[in-house]
Amino acid sequence: MSWLTKTLSSSIGKKVLMSLTGLFLCTFLVVHLSGNLQLFYKDGGYAFNTYAVFMTSFPPIKVISYANYFFILFHAFWGLYLEYQNRKARSVRYAVVRNSSSWSSRNMAILGTVLLVYIVVHMGDFWYKYHNEPLPYVQYTSDVRTGQIVANEMPSTYTQDVKKVEISDLETGVHLVIVKDLYKEVARVFQNPLFVLIYIVGMFAVAFHLYHGFQSAFQTLGWNHPKYTPLVRGISTWIFAILIPIGFAAMPIFFYVKHLMGN
Amino acid sequence: MSEGNMNLTLKVWRQKNAKVNGSLETYQVNGISEDMSFLEMFDVLNERLVSEEKEPIAFDHDCREGICGACSMYINGRPHGPLEAVTTCQLHMRSFKDGDTIVVEPWRATAFPVVKDLVVDRAAFDRIIAAGGYVSVNTGNAQDGNAIPIPKEEADKAFAAAACIGCGACVAACKNASAMLFVSAKVSQLALLPQGQPEREERAIKMVAQMDAEGFGNCTNTGACAIECPKEISLENIARLNREYLGSSIASTVA
Repeated sequence: MSWLTKTLSSSIGKKVLMSLTGLFLCTFLVVHLSGNLQLFYKDGGYAFNTYAVFMTSFPPIKVISYANYFFILFHAFWGLYLEYQNRKARSVRYAVVRNSSSWSSRNMAILGTVLLVYIVVHMGDFWYKYHNEPLPYVQYTSDVRTGQIVANEMPSTYTQDVKKVEISDLETGVHLVIVKDLYKEVARVFQNPLFVLIYIVGMFAVAFHLYHGFQSAFQTLGWNHPKYTPLVRGISTWIFAILIPIGFAAMPIFFYVKHLMGN
Repeated sequence: MSEGNMNLTLKVWRQKNAKVNGSLETYQVNGISEDMSFLEMFDVLNERLVSEEKEPIAFDHDCREGICGACSMYINGRPHGPLEAVTTCQLHMRSFKDGDTIVVEPWRATAFPVVKDLVVDRAAFDRIIAAGGYVSVNTGNAQDGNAIPIPKEEADKAFAAAACIGCGACVAACKNASAMLFVSAKVSQLALLPQGQPEREERAIKMVAQMDAEGFGNCTNTGACAIECPKEISLENIARLNREYLGSSIASTVA
């Protein structure tokens, strides 16, 4: 065995792989949330739908997205393998256990499994449909001078070979864009309270998983310092366990409430 | 000997040897003094068992003053019982109430097989130490004082790590039966001081390799080990072990 495989197959090395892939997925969540906040714009989904085109066509982003799929699978199955090893390290269980550690830290594998199922459901809802199903198209007409954007649904029979058709008329100052209407699909899915519930449960799993996970990744990499560890723990709790899950959960709730109010 | 007024119900793990299955057995102990240590309460019970011509309960103990690391009882779901920073021998019956039911189990880890009843074989720790937890070069007399300056903070950290008595409570407390807190204390106490420098890289790599070979679980940073440790070994040591191990592996010239 080379030194690298030897190092990465040691107990510490195995944890380093969990740590690095986990931190990558944490940065992904930040980007994912930032991008999806565009769902809250009152522009008929123009920003969100053109962002979806950019994210699925810009080559560097495509490379990162494939890395992301791989890291999700790797993190999940490597984690389950470690959990299997850890259970084997205590073949006879205690009759009575009084835990002194946090609930999150003890249930990372269960939370992670919930998240894996959630990710499959989530990607089935949007990623799969966006790539494989004939979603309707929408045409945005914007007035370059006033910045006003008008959305018009394209007939259901309309298709185009490119992801985005973009026409600018300099004389009239009209900018026209035709893209797949993923925004409408998001709004449609979240009319169903069952999906709203599934997404909220998913975000609870994210919250508890990252409450332990983010700061634990730093400890695994050897980062434990009286000055900086409180900061890392603060980010773990306030940003990754509270702010980000609330930001994501606000989306299904927003669309559900919007639907209830009749638009 | 027993001149108290506490009556307790004990549920104690009894197991003949590593080859057979054990089970919890219930014992009624009466007239226990609250000033007795937990182990003295077991002595009273064992005296009675001997006089009844029954097999006494086997348990590890030696110094009974909290410094040897021999005692190892998992009491009511916590290693060394309900108090923090205390070994079983320094736990007194005043930490319990009259009428309590107390469940006593051995350390549970695949790497710590049960020898008998509450006694487990912790030779895995010895093998980890033998893999590198020492300074092998011993040359000449002691240095003059202050010939090699050591910052106070470093000396304090090394001393705090050296307080580890190797009892195995960290392994017992960890949901993964990981030995990282023990190994990290033993690596840290030498990595922080000049005497430990020549073998510093090799030590971290060899001790971790032995730890893995013994079948301990992987650390998931739950922190239960540091909370239950009778010598309050800090989690900072585990971070240091991670740095020592990763740094040594990357910097080592062995391809």
